[in-house]
Amino acid sequence: MSRTHTPAMSRMQSLARNPAVIALTLALALAGCANKKNMPNSAGELGLGAGGAGAATPGSSQDFTVNVGDRIFFDTDSTSIRADAQQTLDRQAQWLQRYPRYAITIEGHADERGTREYNLALGARRAAATRDYLASRGVPASRMKTISYGKERPVAVCDDISCWSQNRRAVTVLGGAGS
Amino acid sequence: MMKRSFIRVLLALAGMAVMFAAPAQARVEININRGNVEPLPIAVTDFQSANDIGAQISSVIAADLQRSGLFAPVNKAAFIQKITDPNQMPRFEDWKAINAQALVTGRVTREGDGRLRAEFRLWDTFAGQQMTGQQFFTQPENWRRVAHIIADAIYKQVTGENGYFDTRVVFVSESGPKTARQRQLAIMDQDGFNVRMLTNSKDIVLTPRFSPNRQEVTYMSFEGQQPRVYLLQLETGQREVVGNFPGMTFSPRFSPDGQKVIMSLQQDGNSNIYTMDLRSRTTTRLTNTAAIDTSPSYSPDGGRIVFESDRGGRQQLYVMNADGTGQTRISFGDGSYSTPVWSPRGDLIAFTKQSAGKFSIGVMKPDGSGERILTTGFHNEGPTWAPNGRVIMFFRQAAGAGGPQLYSIDLTGYNEQMIKTPAFASDPAWSPLLE
Repeated sequence: MSRTHTPAMSRMQSLARNPAVIALTLALALAGCANKKNMPNSAGELGLGAGGAGAATPGSSQDFTVNVGDRIFFDTDSTSIRADAQQTLDRQAQWLQRYPRYAITIEGHADERGTREYNLALGARRAAATRDYLASRGVPASRMKTISYGKERPVAVCDDISCWSQNRRAVTVLGGAGS
Repeated sequence: MMKRSFIRVLLALAGMAVMFAAPAQARVEININRGNVEPLPIAVTDFQSANDIGAQISSVIAADLQRSGLFAPVNKAAFIQKITDPNQMPRFEDWKAINAQALVTGRVTREGDGRLRAEFRLWDTFAGQQMTGQQFFTQPENWRRVAHIIADAIYKQVTGENGYFDTRVVFVSESGPKTARQRQLAIMDQDGFNVRMLTNSKDIVLTPRFSPNRQEVTYMSFEGQQPRVYLLQLETGQREVVGNFPGMTFSPRFSPDGQKVIMSLQQDGNSNIYTMDLRSRTTTRLTNTAAIDTSPSYSPDGGRIVFESDRGGRQQLYVMNADGTGQTRISFGDGSYSTPVWSPRGDLIAFTKQSAGKFSIGVMKPDGSGERILTTGFHNEGPTWAPNGRVIMFFRQAAGAGGPQLYSIDLTGYNEQMIKTPAFASDPAWSPLLE
């Protein structure tokens, strides 16, 4: 969680005039991403609108994304909720109970190191595991839908494990579609 | 002249014996000769025609034969005899002199009703005799198909097995950056020509598969953020959802009689295999595990189904009877196995294998024995069979930000070829032979 200044981070800060970039940096740190070398390609892919951390009013979607953390990460081929992910989901559950007006969709994703059909199923399992954890923390199942994108919607693109670990994720989206 | 001709096509079959039926006129010997492919030198002359259509048809025929890896078209610049009457006996000495063991001559004319008439003769130059001669009629815009049909006839005459040139491939055309990739269903001739988009790029589409009668495609679409299996009529463009399932349906494929779609249904994190009868609309559950069961593919007789499951830990291949009974694991090598596809001949199952950080395309017998890896690299995935069970197409993804491309490879593991497509391409599915 410490924010060391790797070269990539320095580059990010040089771009900090764009408020969305600030939000992106914060969101990644809050989400417990262990690797700071490879950032997702654009803020838009994290579902962030304009406006950074300072602009996030409590109860807004920016508040959820930036201050709570909208995503958790998984180990390779795994669907178990890691300890760092549990912390994120605990915060999500508290926030969602405080702001009950939001229906949510949980998107399950896989990294590219698998075949297409299996990854669709794996993403579905991750979304279901995330939904079940949130339900166990008091979020009504009726508010939650799930959808799997398999390996078709990566946020990080490179050819090593640092990217793959960012792509193995479940993202809690306020509103959104799913089944 | 009466002496039997012997055209030798030397195939490297990597220790695998494949016996082909001998064709009627020329006797073809298949020499099992590991590691040494010796394609048959063949001269494909420009077909006689009033315009350049004859030369165009000849070049498509020559390209098909060359890509198969079993033929080596002789450079036209080396030709000695200029064929002026394709129905006359050629001067075999002129063709033997340039080592063309086979010779193709032909003519294209226009019928009174506007149709093209294409006729060809295949000659055995060393035996000094005609091996076959046929003619075809078609609409002028279908001239490439006529060329593919003639190439199939030549292939069959020389090798004794059916060709695969008059076929199409459905695939997913991919464009845009990897993080926002746009996907469209597309269809093309097997040689990469006549590409046509079948869907717009609004929704993610995946895993298209041909129906046995080639008129329909089943695939998965994220339309309306509801990932489900669809059926598309190629002629009309009409689409419909397959079944009314309570969760994501994916990985569809037709039964060999075209009456059913087999697919996976995802519910609460588990994926099981179902069929839906397209006439009665009844659905049948075939697997019932707390695992990921997917990628089902029927044997050509419809009696059995191969699929992948991680019920034992990692993904492995299993075979079951068509009613779901007798589920038996068949893959036991190092690594994991997925996307099995039963050969149209029934004798082999092609698969994707992940091992030691690499992705390979391989084949094994339906009982799991005789595993052979055809190609290995950073990422190879999703095999599909040519209708003669001789060539496999798949997609390959390089590391990094680029996209996938389609490749074909001979069952021997030789003759790997990229199929050029206008954009990135994945999930190829080969059609049966057209009619």
